[in-house]
Amino acid sequence: MSRLAYLIRRLTLAIFVVIGVLTITFIVSRLVPADPARLFTGPRASKEKIEETREKFGLNKPIPTQFVSYIKNTIQGDFGISFKTKTAILTDLKIFLPATLELVILSLLLAVVIGIPIGVYSGAHWGKGLDIIGRVLTISGVSIPSFWLALILQLIFFSWLGWLPLGGRLSREFLIFEPIQHITGFNLIDAAITGHWKAWTDALIHIIMPAIVLAVYPICLISRMLRGAIIEVLTQDYVTAARASGMPEHIVLFRFALKNAIAPTLTVISLVFAYSISGSVLVEIVFNWPGLGKYITDAIINADFPVVLAVTLIVTVIYVLINLFVDLLQAVIDPRIQLD
Amino acid sequence: MTEKNSINTKNKPLTAGGRLIGNLFQRIEPGAAVWFFRKDRVAMVSLIFLIMVVLLAVFAPLLTPYPEQGAGKPNITEKLNAPNRQHPLGTDNLGRDLWARILFGARTSLMIGFTVTALGAFIGTILGAMAGYFGGWVDEIIMRITDVFLAFPPLLLAIIMAAVLGPSITNTIIAITVTWWPWYARIIRGQAISVRERNYIKAAIVIGETDYTIIKRHLLPNIMTPVLVQATLDLGSAILVAAALSFIGLGTQPPTADWGVLVSDGRELLLSGRWWLSVYPGLAIFLTVTALNLMGDGVRDAADPKTRGGK
Amino acid sequence: MGRPLLQIQDLRMVFHTPVGKLKALRGISLTVDRGQIFGIVGESGCGKTMTARAILGLVPHPGEVTEGHILYNGEDLLRLNQHEIRKFRGKRIAMIFQNPQAALNPLFTIGEQISAVMKQNRGVADIDEIIDLIKDTGLPNPEKIIKSYPHRLSGGMQQRAMIAMALSSEPELLIADEPTTALDVTIQAQILELLTKLKEEKGLTILFVTHNMGVVAETCDSVAVFYAGKVVEQGTVRDIFHSPKHPYTQGLLATLPHPGSRGKDLATIPGVVPSGFADIPGCPFASRCRYVMEICREQQPIWTETRNGSTGFSHKVVCFLHE
Repeated sequence: MSRLAYLIRRLTLAIFVVIGVLTITFIVSRLVPADPARLFTGPRASKEKIEETREKFGLNKPIPTQFVSYIKNTIQGDFGISFKTKTAILTDLKIFLPATLELVILSLLLAVVIGIPIGVYSGAHWGKGLDIIGRVLTISGVSIPSFWLALILQLIFFSWLGWLPLGGRLSREFLIFEPIQHITGFNLIDAAITGHWKAWTDALIHIIMPAIVLAVYPICLISRMLRGAIIEVLTQDYVTAARASGMPEHIVLFRFALKNAIAPTLTVISLVFAYSISGSVLVEIVFNWPGLGKYITDAIINADFPVVLAVTLIVTVIYVLINLFVDLLQAVIDPRIQLD
Repeated sequence: MTEKNSINTKNKPLTAGGRLIGNLFQRIEPGAAVWFFRKDRVAMVSLIFLIMVVLLAVFAPLLTPYPEQGAGKPNITEKLNAPNRQHPLGTDNLGRDLWARILFGARTSLMIGFTVTALGAFIGTILGAMAGYFGGWVDEIIMRITDVFLAFPPLLLAIIMAAVLGPSITNTIIAITVTWWPWYARIIRGQAISVRERNYIKAAIVIGETDYTIIKRHLLPNIMTPVLVQATLDLGSAILVAAALSFIGLGTQPPTADWGVLVSDGRELLLSGRWWLSVYPGLAIFLTVTALNLMGDGVRDAADPKTRGGK
Repeated sequence: MGRPLLQIQDLRMVFHTPVGKLKALRGISLTVDRGQIFGIVGESGCGKTMTARAILGLVPHPGEVTEGHILYNGEDLLRLNQHEIRKFRGKRIAMIFQNPQAALNPLFTIGEQISAVMKQNRGVADIDEIIDLIKDTGLPNPEKIIKSYPHRLSGGMQQRAMIAMALSSEPELLIADEPTTALDVTIQAQILELLTKLKEEKGLTILFVTHNMGVVAETCDSVAVFYAGKVVEQGTVRDIFHSPKHPYTQGLLATLPHPGSRGKDLATIPGVVPSGFADIPGCPFASRCRYVMEICREQQPIWTETRNGSTGFSHKVVCFLHE
């Protein structure tokens, strides 16, 4: 099957899945025993007010109609209005989504930059000291509860050493007095573009702990996967042939063996992204990071359902797209894969 | 390797469960497996540690002088004591002995972890076996449902379900199980597909055995090994997810002790100098999950002839 | 004749396994002159591949060379460190492998792999040279081959591509580790022809590892017969085939079917190869030899050399019968 046909097929599958997700989130939101209109207006509203709200949000219409308008609105980007803040969810998302993305992307970068060399060297030196240390570290990393690690880091670096801030994205002075211009929503990028270097440093020291905590699990997954793949690759004849033709060891490892080992590791990367998205919830709570995770958990506690739906949808769509991307990437890297 | 559908060596009729376990041990060759464990000291140590933890959990009320506090009864007079002779790990904000709380928390956390894994594996196995064995539209439907569930980032789905159902231990179990079973369904389906073409299945069909019997007696015992291996590896993650949900507040509710809840309780006091309230329960989680993962690795290596003898 | 190109002296190798030390090589000695195709023949497990690997320092874990010398142009390769031996790999000594599909990296095109080797060993990769190399190995349509991935080529073509890669840096010695074993007979013949051509046109010395006596007879100039980690006989192919001295060699040759053997049972050598874990005080073939004497089981025989009257070539054998 040609690559184009494969792409189309995967896309249709992805769309199907997204519709399924939409349906489930919609059903779930309507299953909730509480009355959304009452939740919106608050406990002391009059009957008329509640009725009015019902009208306004179309909650009186039959469920299929509600579903259709729900889908229509969502596609246009109208996620509705948050029950709690009474503002459009879209506006809220413009702040919260980049915050989470900044954290997740940075932690994934860290994971790749740290995890790959650990995996390669562990694999190349398997059985020896370096590998044993690597394996101890990776098993610990996979077993540690992220919220606990976060608390411990706060204890050490804020409470005892005072090097890093407790939480949040920026210190007060940069939030209020010298704010960063909002271009992308990514503080590190925006501050750099506008040359606001003091704020950039501030953003950096705020993001470093949460990013590290979030990166721990991916680092371990990536390096474990890679280690296994490298060990397997190094027993192959083409590695011996490469050495026999005079290649220095570091080229054999990083240019040849790595490429062969990376294919199974790519599937791990999509797993890792899934983890990061949901893991960011915990990290955001502990570090008071104003992102989607915090947004949705607050919404859950406040029974703010439009928000819950919207965030779930966005996160899931991103996740589906990432999976699609990884599948295609694998097909590109390995010419042997038959694309069906 | 010969496939068997019963290991009835002593002419005693074995239950299906007995046969399942028997086949698993056949697959990993008991002698080799035990020898391997003994050689793999790490896995052995982990197993011993885990047995200790389970015993501590089971006998919790007997292992502390303050069982009522473990279960939740406050003791305000001794609130927030640092570790001392009467309370080796200190007391929490309601004066309860932390060691007792951790012991009782072990019961909850371990119970949730095991239940979730067992239920998820069970449901996933049944659905996956059906999908793999029957093929056709049964397969399509089950697989599409699995796809949709797998499309959600796992923790998120559990959070939403827990939120919708309301926070409680039972609902936590349900919520996490819902996210867990699709993985097993996938694995089992793959196994079932490769096994259903084998001759003994075809023979059974020809003889006229019902589908139900075929699945139960012939199919399942031969595809269980990867599931059991996966389940051991999964236990650790299940406990982590359960603890995470409790930490957020959507799982076990106070005053019941649960490791995640304990860490959360201690959080407010973390920075005011009473760090042990969060650190020790979290340490319990860390050590238990590490041991589970190490043992899971050991089981996986024992069951996979490729990795045996050279890691 | 001049100085021999390659001399292996009393090479010993063990493998450290969880169940004991496997003695893979129990003392290999052989001499390879320039410009010839030198065969190393023996059954599976006799140590021929490990000897070949040891030359370039490619012995895999958990193997270890414990004693011996490998003199290449007088220089002892075993005493060099990793960095120094890399100067030989690919440039002066090249190697091709048994399974070409496994020895070519599936994720890179043939062109990419050859140019990588060329850049490494000669500094530049000239595409015209690559095309010439590929043509020299008898492959049609070199431009297409350069852009192809290994799995798109047939076994014979892959092997030729591997030969092209090995020759890209103009080595003096080519080690061929069972290069035709995985190919079918007609392709095998073509590859053997190619190797002979390379010897004649470029003066390439080839060390040819194989278990197939027929191939040795057809292609090799000299041969060393391996058994259980030792060389038992070495000489020109003509001498060995016409007057084999070692009982094992005689047994090997007797097992070859020949026109007169039609309808009769095929000859075999009774018994089994001794275990690699065992320490063997005497001759390793003693347990299966029809001429075995007391002394064979107790002591190691030493080399006895004779010279062929007319050609002057040496014929060496390790056997008490001939001492």
